[in-house]
Amino acid sequence: MAAETLAELTGVGKTFPGVVALEGVDFSVRAGEIRALMGENGAGKSTLIKVLTGVYRPDCGSMLIAGRPAAPRSPAEAQALGVSTVYQELNLPPNLSVAECISLGDEERTFGFIRRRAMEKRAQRALARLGLDVDVRRPVGGLSAALQQLTAIARALDRQAKLLILDEPTSSLDQREAAELLALLRRLRGEGLGIILVTHFLDQVYDAATSITVMRNGRKAGDWTVEDLPKRALVSQMLGREMDSISDRRAPEIGDAPPAFTVEGLARKWTMGEVSFQIRRGETVGLSGLLGSGRTETLQMIFGAKPADRGQIAWAGGSSRIKSPRQAVRLGLGLCPEDRRAEGIFPGLSVRQNILIILQAKRGFFRLLDQASAREAVSRSVAELRIKTSDPGQPIEGLSGGNQQKAILARWLSSNPKLMLLDEPTRGIDIGSREEICRKIGELNQAGMSVVASSSELEEIVALSHRVVVLRDRRQAGEVSGETLSEPALMTLMAEGEA
Amino acid sequence: MKRGWPPYGFALVGLGLILLFNAVASPGFLALEIRDGQVFGSLIDILNRAAPVVLVSLGMTLVIAAGGVDLSVGSSMAIASAAAGVLLAPPPGAPFDPVSSAPLVVLAALAAAGLCGALNGILVGWVGMQPIVATLALMVAGRGVAQLITQGQIIVIDSPEFEALGTGSAAGLPTPVVLAGVCLAALILAVRRTAWGLFTEAVGSNPRAAQLAGLPVRGIKMAAYTVCGLAAGLAGSIACADIQAADANNTGLYLELDAILAVSIGGGLLTGGRFSLAGAAVGAVLMQALTTTLLSRGVPPPIALSAKAGLIIAVVLFQSLAFRQAIARRRAASA
Repeated sequence: MAAETLAELTGVGKTFPGVVALEGVDFSVRAGEIRALMGENGAGKSTLIKVLTGVYRPDCGSMLIAGRPAAPRSPAEAQALGVSTVYQELNLPPNLSVAECISLGDEERTFGFIRRRAMEKRAQRALARLGLDVDVRRPVGGLSAALQQLTAIARALDRQAKLLILDEPTSSLDQREAAELLALLRRLRGEGLGIILVTHFLDQVYDAATSITVMRNGRKAGDWTVEDLPKRALVSQMLGREMDSISDRRAPEIGDAPPAFTVEGLARKWTMGEVSFQIRRGETVGLSGLLGSGRTETLQMIFGAKPADRGQIAWAGGSSRIKSPRQAVRLGLGLCPEDRRAEGIFPGLSVRQNILIILQAKRGFFRLLDQASAREAVSRSVAELRIKTSDPGQPIEGLSGGNQQKAILARWLSSNPKLMLLDEPTRGIDIGSREEICRKIGELNQAGMSVVASSSELEEIVALSHRVVVLRDRRQAGEVSGETLSEPALMTLMAEGEA
Repeated sequence: MKRGWPPYGFALVGLGLILLFNAVASPGFLALEIRDGQVFGSLIDILNRAAPVVLVSLGMTLVIAAGGVDLSVGSSMAIASAAAGVLLAPPPGAPFDPVSSAPLVVLAALAAAGLCGALNGILVGWVGMQPIVATLALMVAGRGVAQLITQGQIIVIDSPEFEALGTGSAAGLPTPVVLAGVCLAALILAVRRTAWGLFTEAVGSNPRAAQLAGLPVRGIKMAAYTVCGLAAGLAGSIACADIQAADANNTGLYLELDAILAVSIGGGLLTGGRFSLAGAAVGAVLMQALTTTLLSRGVPPPIALSAKAGLIIAVVLFQSLAFRQAIARRRAASA
């Protein structure tokens, strides 16, 4: 291939306090190439892109843009060098017109006055290149997500971008819009543009990309052409596990326990396709799937945090489509959310208050827990889950991530739920706390509590679960249990769905 | 922060310093005198003048603790005052006779202001508007409503029974002081003897987590704004009784800012979460003590305002752990 190399990074490293985000990464993109940049959370994809676009300066390594050494210090400088980025969260100012958005920062001016007509003409030209005919005087905020996305791309092309970086461009689009966008990318590639595509939809990678770079734990796992890396191999590269590796830990048999809850075809428009599965008494059901496959969405639907609009949940003696967390709590469900900081802890409140909140919420407004029994309940939880705190009266921010997570778990367990939903219960916490949480889940099962746990780590999910529901591209891809439950079986489902 | 040191510790220290300064500068300042079974003295005057701000600050504390802010309290006071005035002394052509029962008038004033609070609660909790925007709307519109009620006139009232609310006394103390004290005690009990306080702090600290914990987030916000409206209603009634007139233009003007400051001085986080009702009351008294001191020493009012601002900034800075740590570091570095 003799095509021009648009950007080339050699040995790039970037360290944040306490975290090595990138280490010795070599990465290059050619003209006429769509390179998919793949990896799980924390793999280093976004850091790599931010280095390339001048948001971060690398600590070491060298960078060539269009064959010349370059070190952009801001996205504007990167743009001047022909590198443009379209981010996942559309960051066009919603009140500006399409024309204004496209020329923002580089307006057609005469004596400092903006030439509106020229600006609008230019915007029309830029959009026409994408085969679009939009009223460029309309405010961008009023356009559909797809059109906003395209406006952002038009803006990048208008800047003479040679390298276009798209970060999850299809996550807010429906299937038809996504397909159209991918077709557009293929056409732009034909015009000699280089494109870096970050997405978690595997199908789209194989639909549009020509080559794949996989990142893992801040390092590059490798470069492949699409033909050389079948889906299953891609998944195992992303997860860093061989398809034939075997873990030894297993959840103990629970025999023929009766189903405690049945999820019957829960679905939510634009968010999550149908999921159905049973949860037996004392059973842990694992939710497995790649980043963005819909694990969190499934749990939020069950709990009513993002209520389903179809399907229901049935249990012995009733059924309902849970509409709010309040209803879920009353039915005896609990949810430990994935994003501990944003949805879990109450910053500024003490560890004690953070633990007592559910118990108190269940008792209601007027029956305040008396001091003595509150203290006792908290010290019992602290001992049981081995939460390391010198004083439960201190603010919860003082605890380590693992101990915060244990406190949130304690919060729910003190109210003795029938079904506990755990979204990535071990993400970002130390090994010790992780072991203790896994052990605790086993104990809860033995006490008859049902658990649904999501995890991005296959080894963990296989070790914890009696049964695993695999999700793929926001749909249920299959279910594995018993003898057939193994990491390779899960990976196959994650990559290809039911055969 | 050390154990037992309340979040409004620095406000108490500030208040103590102001009183100490007065005690030294003008002998007899701290003296209390009992005449006809009633206590008199500069301290009582300060408390009496601070009472309306204290009342409003209590409501504001709850609103801020629940993660909001209420800019409309001044206007709610004006509406309450206007309602009381119109009921006591209907303007010519009004379709009703004067109401002579003072309790009934106070109830009506409270209802009017409580309704304003509830409206804020609906806009913020259910409609999902930004608290500043929602309450700013009522802050502007509310004063207009009050003027509509009084038809733009200052309504002079003549009802000794009602005026006692502002100028009378109970248990040897001025009625406003007693009312503020009773409300403070009642609210502290209500907040700490039920789960109200914990739930309010949880909603203010992290509304998303509160919702996921199954708390009635909207109801808690609603309660905070309604109580805040009621507090403003009582403060408005007192103000009306005090000046024996309903003045829609000036009653409670800029009081929302004083109340927010009082909450802040009292150690409440303006971002929501932990709060202290007693702290807000101390904050309100501190500001009044400072104003009284400056004015009584002949400081011209414009300068007095700046001095007030300076002290407030100092108190708030000293409450910040980060600030004290920075000072400690600097001292350690220079030593």
